[in-house]
Amino acid sequence: MLELSILFPSVLNGLTTGAVYALIALGLTLIYGVLHIINFAHGALLMIALYGVYFLHQSLGLDPYASLPVMVPAMFALGYGLQRFVIGRASHGKDENILLVTLGLAIVMENLALYLWRSDTRTIETAYTFTTVGILGAMISIPKLAAFAGALAVCAVLLLLLAKTDLGRAIRAIAKERHGAKLVGIDVEHVFAMSFGIGLACLGAAACFLLPAYYVNPQVGNGFVLIAFTIVVLGGMGSFAGALAGGFIIGVVESVGGLWLGESLGQIGIFLIFIAVLLFRPQGLFGART
Amino acid sequence: MKDLIALIVFGIVVAALPLFVSSGFVLNIVIMTLYAALLGQAWNILGGFGGQFSFGHAVFFGTGAYAAAVLQVKFGWNAWAALPAAVALGAAVGAFIGALSFRYGLRGSYFALVTLAFAEVFRILSNTFDFTGAGVGLMIPLTESAGNFQFTSRTGFLYVILGFTLAACLVAWWLKHSRYGAWLQAVRDNEESAAALGVNVFRVKLGATMISGALMSAGGVFYVQYFHYIDPHIAYGPGVSIEALLAPIVGGIGTLFGPLLGAAALHLFGELTRSFMGDAPGISLMVYGLLLVLMVTFLPRGIMGLLSGSPPVRKGGSRA
Repeated sequence: MLELSILFPSVLNGLTTGAVYALIALGLTLIYGVLHIINFAHGALLMIALYGVYFLHQSLGLDPYASLPVMVPAMFALGYGLQRFVIGRASHGKDENILLVTLGLAIVMENLALYLWRSDTRTIETAYTFTTVGILGAMISIPKLAAFAGALAVCAVLLLLLAKTDLGRAIRAIAKERHGAKLVGIDVEHVFAMSFGIGLACLGAAACFLLPAYYVNPQVGNGFVLIAFTIVVLGGMGSFAGALAGGFIIGVVESVGGLWLGESLGQIGIFLIFIAVLLFRPQGLFGART
Repeated sequence: MKDLIALIVFGIVVAALPLFVSSGFVLNIVIMTLYAALLGQAWNILGGFGGQFSFGHAVFFGTGAYAAAVLQVKFGWNAWAALPAAVALGAAVGAFIGALSFRYGLRGSYFALVTLAFAEVFRILSNTFDFTGAGVGLMIPLTESAGNFQFTSRTGFLYVILGFTLAACLVAWWLKHSRYGAWLQAVRDNEESAAALGVNVFRVKLGATMISGALMSAGGVFYVQYFHYIDPHIAYGPGVSIEALLAPIVGGIGTLFGPLLGAAALHLFGELTRSFMGDAPGISLMVYGLLLVLMVTFLPRGIMGLLSGSPPVRKGGSRA
């Protein structure tokens, strides 16, 4: 039987991972909500961001958290450009095309990384990598705690941005009624690109919080992409609160599932949830729209 | 009728190839091109004719490959006897996934995602259980004879894969000319209209998934017999799923010859990049990804669209 003394740290661990998952999923759900496209390159773009943080640390000695002001704008710019000049042009008005283009981009990025940096798994070591703190008897490492707090902070900023700014209003208007938004004078192409950029900026932040406790290799994105999709579907496509809640649920399921079934089989819980939600409740747990 | 004749001529030309070419290198390229065309045509039947984009076609490929390997290694079956069993199993997995997905109305991006998730589930399962050799994979014993589906020369493999590929193309030809094919394409172009006209949308899509799964599964069996080895990553990893959709998209989606043309173009391109840029890891796949982006952007109807020059058949996308 599972002892509470094992279960509690496992749940706590899952929550901290879940916060980072939520951050990644938030970017994905924003892009979906506004553009109605599933960004298959999300995982590969996270991988690029992780390499960015890694090389900033290796060549400039920049602390991963200090990379935030570099990585977030850089990823935003990359996203804006990608949507404006690559993905937007390829769509021809068909969702399937966008799906294929983002898949193609993912393949390109993953293999470019493989070519440039080889398949080595790289980690960075900081002074605080192995420092832990005790919370109610459970030991949590500092990077995980920082990731938890950081992810929540970024989520809060994002929600404020969407609720209070003109850009946020434009984004929400387009998400609801694309043609109506165009008619009242919103530059749809610009807002599309801004949304994609913000989605990737979330990845930039996620990468900074992730790397101190994680690793990077060219395939690292694959693991995250399906998890992020699961969270987005679970929370309801385009729902921000859903992405947040979904992130925590998946984080805990993965952590506790791994405890029960072992590392390899533990992942299966996530995919089964994913399939079940897609089949039985495609609007998600919290989504009202279909 | 013209396209059927073209298909027969193509078959005869390829079948005559070993009479003139003895280079193992060249024959291997032809075999691998036909194999890619088979996977592509399998995907094309569901994705091109049926409009259901799968991102996890490896689920059928891997099932065929593992069925053939497990039946031989664990049950001592003859490889030829394992072939129909594996193909039937591929169709059954197709029926299972199709029934679940279409029963609950998954379309577009959602269908792509659910197939991808199924492939991952199968990968994790095959990675876990000893029955499928777990992470180590399965190696089939080497006993080279035609009676054992392990030919001593490449020519034997060439004829088998040519047969498989032609069979897949004949299915595609039948889809173009039969009532069932018309239903399938009607469902692709507008599901609601098709349903209003009395087409049983669910059964039509289910049928296409089963046919596609069966053909993909045959590709998996061929893979195991040709390379004598299968592991979870090869069987159910994203590589095969991408390979399957690449050929029809490059060649021309929803066309009879698209997957053949696409497979040939991809292999030619792959060999060219290899000779120019060396065999560095990632290069060939990177070029394929680039090709995918460029094709969708500039030639959404593939090479066939370039050749025919007729106006596009497909209109506006369906929203998930």
